[in-house]
Amino acid sequence: MLDDLTSKLDGVLKKIRGQGKINDKNIDESLREVRRVLFDADVNYKVVSKFISDVKEKSLGQNVLTSITPGQLIVKIINDELIKLMGSEKAEIKFSDRIPSVIMMVGLQGSGKTTFSAKLAKYLKAKGRNPLLAACDVYRPAAIEQLKILGKQAGVPVYSDLEEKDVLKISRDAIQYAKENARDTLIIDTAGRLAIDDEMMNEVSKIKDALQPEEILFVVDSMTGQDAVNTAKAFHDKLNYDGVILTKLDGDTRGGAALSIKAVVNVPVKFAGIGEKLDAIEQFHPDRMASRILGMGDIVSFVEKAQTEFDMSESGKLEEKLRKNKFDFNDFLSYMNQIKKMGSLSSLISMIPGANKMLKNQEVDDSALTKVESVILSMTNKERENPNLLNGSRRRRIADGSGNPIQQVNRVIKQFEDMQKMMKQFNRDKGRGLMKKMKLPANLMKEFKA
Amino acid sequence: MSFLDKIGLKKLKDGLNKTKENLVGKVNRLVNARGVIDDDFLVELEEILLASDIGFETSEKLIEKIKERTLTDKYVDQDELNKLINDELKRVFYDTTSEFKTFDFKSEIKPFVIMVVGVNGVGKTTSIGKLAYNFKNAGKSVLIGSADTFRAAANDQLDIWAKRAGVEIIQSNSSSDPASIAFDTIKSGLSKNTDVIIIDTAGRLHNKTHLMEELKKIKRVMQKVIPDAPHEIFIVIDSTTGQNGLNQAKEFSNALNGLTGIILTKLDGTAKGGIVLKINKEMKLPVRFIGVGEQIDDLQVFESEKFVEAMFGK
Ligand SMILES: Nc1nc2c(ncn2[C@@H]2O[C@H](COP(=O)(O)OP(=O)(O)OP(=O)(O)O)[C@@H](O)[C@H]2O)c(=O)[nH]1
Ligand SMILES: Nc1nc2c(ncn2[C@@H]2O[C@H](COP(=O)(O)OP(=O)(O)OP(=O)(O)O)[C@@H](O)[C@H]2O)c(=O)[nH]1
Ligand SMILES: [Mg+2]
Ligand SMILES: [Mg+2]
Repeated sequence: MLDDLTSKLDGVLKKIRGQGKINDKNIDESLREVRRVLFDADVNYKVVSKFISDVKEKSLGQNVLTSITPGQLIVKIINDELIKLMGSEKAEIKFSDRIPSVIMMVGLQGSGKTTFSAKLAKYLKAKGRNPLLAACDVYRPAAIEQLKILGKQAGVPVYSDLEEKDVLKISRDAIQYAKENARDTLIIDTAGRLAIDDEMMNEVSKIKDALQPEEILFVVDSMTGQDAVNTAKAFHDKLNYDGVILTKLDGDTRGGAALSIKAVVNVPVKFAGIGEKLDAIEQFHPDRMASRILGMGDIVSFVEKAQTEFDMSESGKLEEKLRKNKFDFNDFLSYMNQIKKMGSLSSLISMIPGANKMLKNQEVDDSALTKVESVILSMTNKERENPNLLNGSRRRRIADGSGNPIQQVNRVIKQFEDMQKMMKQFNRDKGRGLMKKMKLPANLMKEFKA
Repeated sequence: MSFLDKIGLKKLKDGLNKTKENLVGKVNRLVNARGVIDDDFLVELEEILLASDIGFETSEKLIEKIKERTLTDKYVDQDELNKLINDELKRVFYDTTSEFKTFDFKSEIKPFVIMVVGVNGVGKTTSIGKLAYNFKNAGKSVLIGSADTFRAAANDQLDIWAKRAGVEIIQSNSSSDPASIAFDTIKSGLSKNTDVIIIDTAGRLHNKTHLMEELKKIKRVMQKVIPDAPHEIFIVIDSTTGQNGLNQAKEFSNALNGLTGIILTKLDGTAKGGIVLKINKEMKLPVRFIGVGEQIDDLQVFESEKFVEAMFGK
C-alpha cells in the first residue's frame, strides 16, 4: 500500500517554504497537517497535542538561519522531537545472576506473545544462554501445543503441564525444572488478557509477586490504534513492566502506537517482531520508527536489508559483467531473483523515501515480476545471452511460448534495455554514497509499475 | 432498562459501557459545565471522537455538522447533542440487506460457503468456532475446513473449536497445501449436502504478495467445485486496530475481488472499533458480527443502530 503522507507533508511545507520566517501563521498551517499525519499514524490524541505544542514552541523560538528554509527547519525539529520522544538508546534484556533469570510476556489477545516467546528463546540461545520456555496459557485452545511446536522449531525445551490449571503452580514448577536442568533463563508465555479483566490481571500479578521476574515484557500489536495507551497504562499500573515488544512491524502500519506508549508509560521498546518465522526478530531502532511514523520511509532499514539479502558474490559477478558491458537476460533474471528475496515490491517501496511520490497513483504489481520472468524463461539461452537476436519472429515465438501478448514481450525487452542503461549509469555513479545506490532498486520498481 | 439489557448483550454492554461513559459521560459533563457549545467544547469533543479510532476525517465531518447546527443556536442540550451525533454516525453506516439477521437464515444456496480472512491474531479461528456453534444451534449442518497450514497448532485449535461446537472438520497437517484442504472441504460438504461450510485461513499481513496470492488460489480451487463459492468472504477486524484497518480491508478486497462483510472482534475490551465506521463508509462494507469474548457464545449479529447507540448514544 502506498500512501500519500509524505506528499501531504511536502505540500504544506512547500507552501511555507520561501515565506522566509517561521511565524505564528505559517507554523499553525503546517502543524495542522502534521497533526493529521500523526493521527493517521495512530498516535494518541493526547500525545499529538503535547507534541504539536512542543514543536511549535521550539520552532517559534528558533532563529531561522539564512542557509535553510523554514520548511527544512520545521521538519528537522519535528524529526528531532520525535526521536527524543521515542528515546534514542537501544535497550537490552536484563539478566541477573540468579538461576534462572525470569522473563515474562504479557499482553492482549493475539498480540504475538507466544510467537515472540519462541523468537526470544531462539535469539537468546544464539547468544549463548540456555533458555527454557514455560507454557502458562491454560485457556486458549491448543496454546500449549502451539508453544511446544514453536519451542521445537527454536531448539529450546518447553515446560508444560497439561493436567494443571493453576498457572502460578506451573510457573513455579518451571523454575524448579530450570534449576534441575541447568537452564539459566526462563521465558514465561502467558494467556492473552484484557486490561479490564481483573481476575486475569490478578493472575499475572500473582506470578509476578511469586517469581519476581527480571524482565516483564508487554507485547503489543503495532497496528493498534488509540486504545494502545489505555491498555499499556493499565498493564503498567498493574505490573510495572520493563520493556515493550512491538509485533507485526512487517506490515504497512505507521505504528504510532509505539510513540504513544513510550510517551505515556516511558518504558523502552526493546524488540520488534517483523514476521511470523522465528528469526523475524530485531532490535528496536527508535530513530527509524520516528521516520516511519512521519511516513518518511525507513531508509536505514532498507539499506540494511538490501545489504544482508543481496547475495554479495552474485552482485560481484553482476558488477564484473557490467564493467565489461556484458549484462544479459540471465543477469536480469538473477537480479530479479535477488529483488524477490528481499520481499514484495510494495513492502520494499514503503521503505524508500520519495518512492511513493514517484509512483503516485500507480499500483505496484508484484505479479508483473512473474510475467517478466515467464517471458525471459521462454527465450533460448542464445537469445538471453545475446538480446540483439530478438527479432520479430523470435518475439512472437516467445509470446506464444510464455502465453503473453506480444506487447508484453516487447515491454520486457524495453525494460531490459532501460535497465541496461540504468546499470551503466549505476556503474558510473558507484561509490557516491548511499542515496545513489538507493536509486537502483527504486528505478527498477518504477519499471514494474502495472 | 437499557436496550442492551433487552437484547441481552451483557458482554457488549460491559465493554461498550466504558465507551459510553467515556463519550456520553464526557459530553454531558462538557455540556453541563459550559451550557454553551463554543470552540473549546468542540476541541474537547474532537478529542473524544478521535479516541474511538473513527479517524480524522469522520471526526472532522461530525464537528462540522455540529458547528453548522450551533451557528444559530449556541445552546444545545444533552439529548439534542447526543441525537445529533447519533444521527450523523448512523448516516455513516452503510448497510445491505443481509442473510445474517439471524443464524437460521434461509438460503437457496446449499452448501453455503463462507471464507474467513484477516491479518494475524485478530480472531478468525475463534470467530469460526463461534459461527459454527450458532449455525448448528439454528439447526444447520456445518462443516469447517482448516486451510491454515502455517501457524503452529492452528489445526489443533480449530479442531477443539469444532468439537465444542459439535460440528465436523476437515483437518490439515503442516505438510498439506491450504488450497487442497479448501478443495477437499468443499467436495466433502457438497457430497454430504451440508448447509454451511466455513473455511479458516492463516493470518496474513495484507502487504505480503505471496501470501495474498495463496489466498487467491484458495478461492480459485473452491470454485472448481462450486463455481460461485465462496458466497461470503468475511474479513475479521480486531477492534483495537487503528487506521491500518482500512488498508487491511482494501488489500484483502483487492486480492479476493471483493469482501462481503466484517466480523469485528474483541469488543469486550476498552477499544471502540471505530475504524469499522471508516471502512464501512469508504468501501460500502457492512459489519456482520461482533465478537464480545473468548467463549463460544460470545458472538452477536451486528446491528448498526444498536452499535452506534451503545457506543455514542443513550
Ligand atoms: N506478520 C507477523 N505475524 C506475527 C508476528 N508476531 C506474531 N505474529 C502472528 O500473529 C498471530 C498471533 O500470534 P501469537 O503468538 O499466537 O499471539 P499471542 O499473543 O500468543 O495470542 P494469544 O495467546 O491468543 O493471546 C499468529 O498468526 C502469529 O504468527 C510478527 O512479528 N509479524
Ligand atoms: N476478548 C476477546 N478475545 C478474543 C475474541 N475473539 C478472539 N479472541 C482471542 O484472540 C486470540 C486470537 O484468536 P484466534 O482466533 O486464534 O485469531 P486468528 O485470527 O485465527 O489468529 P491467526 O490464525 O494466528 O492469524 C485468542 O486468544 C482468542 O481467544 C473476542 O471477541 N474477545
Ligand atoms: Mg499465546
Ligand atoms: Mg487462526
